[in-house]
Amino acid sequence: MAVARPAPRQPTLHHAERDGKSVLEVAGTWTVFSIRGLGKRLRLPSGGGRPVQMIDARGVRRLDSAGVLEILRLAGDGPDVEIETSTPGHADLFKVVRDGSRETPHPHVDINWIAHWLDEVGRSLVDASRQVLALCAFLGEILVIFAQAFLDPRRFRPTAVVRQMYEAWIKALAIVGVLCFLIGVVTAYQGVQQLRQFGAETFAVEAVGIGMFRELGVLLTAIIVAGRSGSAFTAQIGTMQVNLEVDAMRTMGLNPVEWLVLPRILALTLTMPLLAFWGDMAGLLGGAVACTIYLDFTFVQFFARLRDTVGIWHFYTGMIKAPVFGMIIATIGCFEGLQVRGSAESVGLLTTRSVVEAIFCVIVLDAVFSIIFLLAGV
Amino acid sequence: MADGGQIVDHRDGRDLVLKLRGIRTQFGEQVVHDNLDFDMFRGEIVGLVGGSGTGKSVLLQTIIGLNPVRKGEIEMLGVNTRGLRGKAQHELQGRTGVQFQDGALFSSLTVAENIMVPIREHAGLDEPSMRAIAALKINLVGLPPDTGNKKPSELSGGMRKRASLARALALDPDLLFLDEPTAGLDPIGAAHYDDLVKSLQKSLGLSVLMVTHDLDSLYSVCDRIAVLLDKRVVAGTMDELLAYDHPWVREYFHGPRGLETARLELKAASDGK
Repeated sequence: MAVARPAPRQPTLHHAERDGKSVLEVAGTWTVFSIRGLGKRLRLPSGGGRPVQMIDARGVRRLDSAGVLEILRLAGDGPDVEIETSTPGHADLFKVVRDGSRETPHPHVDINWIAHWLDEVGRSLVDASRQVLALCAFLGEILVIFAQAFLDPRRFRPTAVVRQMYEAWIKALAIVGVLCFLIGVVTAYQGVQQLRQFGAETFAVEAVGIGMFRELGVLLTAIIVAGRSGSAFTAQIGTMQVNLEVDAMRTMGLNPVEWLVLPRILALTLTMPLLAFWGDMAGLLGGAVACTIYLDFTFVQFFARLRDTVGIWHFYTGMIKAPVFGMIIATIGCFEGLQVRGSAESVGLLTTRSVVEAIFCVIVLDAVFSIIFLLAGV
Repeated sequence: MADGGQIVDHRDGRDLVLKLRGIRTQFGEQVVHDNLDFDMFRGEIVGLVGGSGTGKSVLLQTIIGLNPVRKGEIEMLGVNTRGLRGKAQHELQGRTGVQFQDGALFSSLTVAENIMVPIREHAGLDEPSMRAIAALKINLVGLPPDTGNKKPSELSGGMRKRASLARALALDPDLLFLDEPTAGLDPIGAAHYDDLVKSLQKSLGLSVLMVTHDLDSLYSVCDRIAVLLDKRVVAGTMDELLAYDHPWVREYFHGPRGLETARLELKAASDGK
């Protein structure tokens, strides 16, 4: 289909002498579409090195602001260059562009890569320390509100807590169950394979039991919860920030920490042990299934050996960690949600950050717990 | 009624920059526009008004090609947009500019880079030329020169609107679409914006279609006004519409807000003489 734009005739440029003045004659089409690569194609005719005193644009057929800008640039845009045009429209355009580009544009800063890199490192360092400080302040605020809520238990908002628990617990049962089951199967299988080499394959039961109870069940659950619920918290609260809902709450005298953050933290703190227990059980089931296949065990044999060899404290250590992980995931999720400023873009950014930080913190805390349990001898 | 939903023909031999014939827009069962005709002539500013839910924004989206046209023909700058794709569509898009309601600036780019996006895509100029054009457009829309290096999130709502206008003007389009350009601006800011559109229209030779609810804008900058009524467009000058017999039009232009504006405008006009 033909487009009604006339075939872009080339811009032309010619240098002349007229009444002792150095004149730049321009003609043809001078639009943003026709001036591409002009600097190379049209060599600026040297007017004996003299600056251009007059621009003759009477031969110009089509003109737009980019074209004017280019003509002025080629003419070296002295302030007292006279301009002749054929139509008042072109004259107007010259005037508008000259006035508009009179002020020097703000210099575009280009820095070299070392400075850029140092700048980035400095910024992220400052950002990180601010982040830690803000998180501490946020934890303090939560503790204060938590303490206040103990004086007036209605402020725990049981409805909101139950609603969040439904989302974080009931809806996560399937995925946590399936994943822990599979990890149970894998652990048992690997245990049997490796331990068979020195005839100790029945110890695979301990491998599954202790591994699941102490670390795998709770860690796996925490990672799923961070990805599912922690990110959801950030996105929900962040969206409310963008829509100014959080500000609206503040003006009505509702404390966002009390209304949005506390129920979520409470819900996840309660949910995590429940989910971790569910994950442990699914993992044991997976281990039992694997052992019936690879060890010719029956379910009864598997669980009898488990009862006899795996102490209850292995189970407790996992269960002690779970609520702490839940609390830290919810805290980070809500904190990042409240950090959202301005645009929807920052919601996405902070949601990613919240998940990464939550998983990071969970694993660091897990290491800390290991040391504590080691010192306590359990 | 004259061509293109006009009460009286105002063409005067001017080129048609936009020609809509028999447009039908439909979402499921709900018909928003039916058999809608509308014309725009070169060099005029037309205001598009209508009650809530009459589909002003939908019509704008249909014209700029964001909604598929169910029925009817749209001719923009002499090009029929039906089935237009590839190079021809690309070229046409290079000759139109759109300012979205909340700016729709790319948030990861600075204002200058935002303005350079269409230039790079359509004209492919070198970096210094593009920077010079961006600086010029920033100046033209009345933003301070250092705005170019700022991100959209660092700007106020009014500045974002201006920056968005600068981006829409990047290629000196023949046809400019503005979606509620003065909504959310204070009256002084809105008046400055109106002046800006008027002066840019004159100096750059634009044709402008603006969706607006601002009666002041309608009085001060629009040459003609298109009203969405009963799924169709009725277009005319302010005087013609003031005399037009339709309950919504009467209420809109003669209501408390409309009358007040009309009175002030008349007073200003007589004071000016």
